[in-house]
Amino acid sequence: MQALFGKTLDELQSLVVEMGLPKFTGKQIADWLYKKKVASVDDMTNLSKKARAMLSENFEVGTFPPVKVQKSTDGTKKYLFPTAHGKYIETAMIPDKERQTVCVSSQVGCKMGCLFCMTGKQGFNGQLTAGEIVNQVQMIEETDHITNIVYMGMGEPFDNLEEVLKSIDILTSDWGYAMSPRRITVSTIGIVPALKRFLNESKCNLAISVHTPFDDERQKLMPVQLAYPLKSVIDEIRAFDFDSQRKVSFEYIVFGGLNDTSRHVKEMNRLLNGVRSHINLIRFHPIPGTPLEKTDEQRLQRFKDELNNKGLLTTIRASRGQDIYAACGMLSTKGLQKDS
Amino acid sequence: MFSVYMLMSIKKKYLKGNHYLFENRVVDLEEIAEGKFLLWFEKQFNAKAGHVVAIAADESHEPRIYSLCSSEKAQNMQILFDLKPDGVLTPRMASLKPGDVLYVSKPYGSFLPDTEIPMWWIATGTGIAPFRAMLQSGFKPAMLLHGARVASNFYFERDFKLELKENYIRCNSGSNGQGDFFGRVSAWIDAQDELPLSNKYYLCGRALMVVEVRDLLIAKGVRYENIVSEIFF
Repeated sequence: MQALFGKTLDELQSLVVEMGLPKFTGKQIADWLYKKKVASVDDMTNLSKKARAMLSENFEVGTFPPVKVQKSTDGTKKYLFPTAHGKYIETAMIPDKERQTVCVSSQVGCKMGCLFCMTGKQGFNGQLTAGEIVNQVQMIEETDHITNIVYMGMGEPFDNLEEVLKSIDILTSDWGYAMSPRRITVSTIGIVPALKRFLNESKCNLAISVHTPFDDERQKLMPVQLAYPLKSVIDEIRAFDFDSQRKVSFEYIVFGGLNDTSRHVKEMNRLLNGVRSHINLIRFHPIPGTPLEKTDEQRLQRFKDELNNKGLLTTIRASRGQDIYAACGMLSTKGLQKDS
Repeated sequence: MFSVYMLMSIKKKYLKGNHYLFENRVVDLEEIAEGKFLLWFEKQFNAKAGHVVAIAADESHEPRIYSLCSSEKAQNMQILFDLKPDGVLTPRMASLKPGDVLYVSKPYGSFLPDTEIPMWWIATGTGIAPFRAMLQSGFKPAMLLHGARVASNFYFERDFKLELKENYIRCNSGSNGQGDFFGRVSAWIDAQDELPLSNKYYLCGRALMVVEVRDLLIAKGVRYENIVSEIFF
């Protein structure tokens, strides 16, 4: 059986036309899938009996619930979802006053091998489909109250750009969830060809993982630097004509004694010269076997102040869900992949 | 410095992604193991051992990045690639003939050999390519570990054996009986009581191998600053 969930309006319309059904049936199905959030084709009651019977022969809705939920003392939740190929992914739900942010995964594992990230330690186990990405939004308890979506879970979104763009289409189109693209942020380590396409084909916010402005240091933290140097990423951003609403932020995990010096402040200022940006400082959450260390709070504050004094708008992101391994860089389903 | 010949031979270029790609000609293609090919093409720019190039078969597709496996001094450039039957580029590359056009960027990258610190080279599969370029260019490691599942995938083993002798270890993780160590590269490293901590470790291969070996090296006392990784993206 094929899943209907995860198909765009165009795909649904083509599918029904091929089946000999009227084109508007595609729009009706989209409505049932993404607005009314039904679990079965039989629940699509404004479709003719014949249409439902024909659909049920080859298709199912194709949503799947989480198999496990963990809750942090700070209210953050971590959901474990199975994927179509017997693997698992994690999704974090982060409540913060009025904001309900869901952090979705875009791949099972990751190819990028960043030194500070748990997901990278499981290697790459497969791509998620658009349906598997959107399922993480639809099948959590808070689905009707989500205010923001961030693509900062497992995987590198720009290494699965086709499905990520398709999922954004579903989330932002009127026939889908009709969510404002300004409430969606896609985070990348900077795969330049995909970055260009994303900037041109989507209106969502962008977050770039920088972590250090120095090439040699970044190469040791993030092997992708060899293929796509940070400077080429920043050049692309500098060249793109952002409208006033679209946000670009730079993610910067602060490691004690490594990337939190005045030298780094100076180089960040030089690197981001002329780029309208916001720097998000992230506390490092030590993972097993890491040679990297947390920075102390005083140093972190001083680093933030120094960046702000240079005119670079900088804030410190609150750590959430660390006790359930839901915080930044801690998602992993390595053990489960082996079991499966 | 470009030679006059090089400047004259540079043809049409176009921008794709963040690369200028230059029209190039295939010199030769050889299938050296099942589904594994060596592709020679014109040298239009000088390259350093460890450099990569972006390659596309036509102007419509995004280029893919490959490590050069030829010497800095070679007349033509060479890459080693693995045919992915479902892929866009490799099936086309596997059917190229001498004289056919392909599009290649200037060589670039920073996976470069160290001339002062002894190096260990660790690769799996076609990740051996940059180390072959280094060897052919006159660089030698203190140790080379190459992991493969079948003996035919120990590419360039004759060159490595000749030059590196007992410092070249073939880690065979398949059922085929050829190799110097039977198991994965990570198992060989794990079995060592001591590793030279002041050496520089170069890793090239798939993400999982790179992160596993990197973690093992760090656990055995190698500083992460002394580990340089290149992952197949």
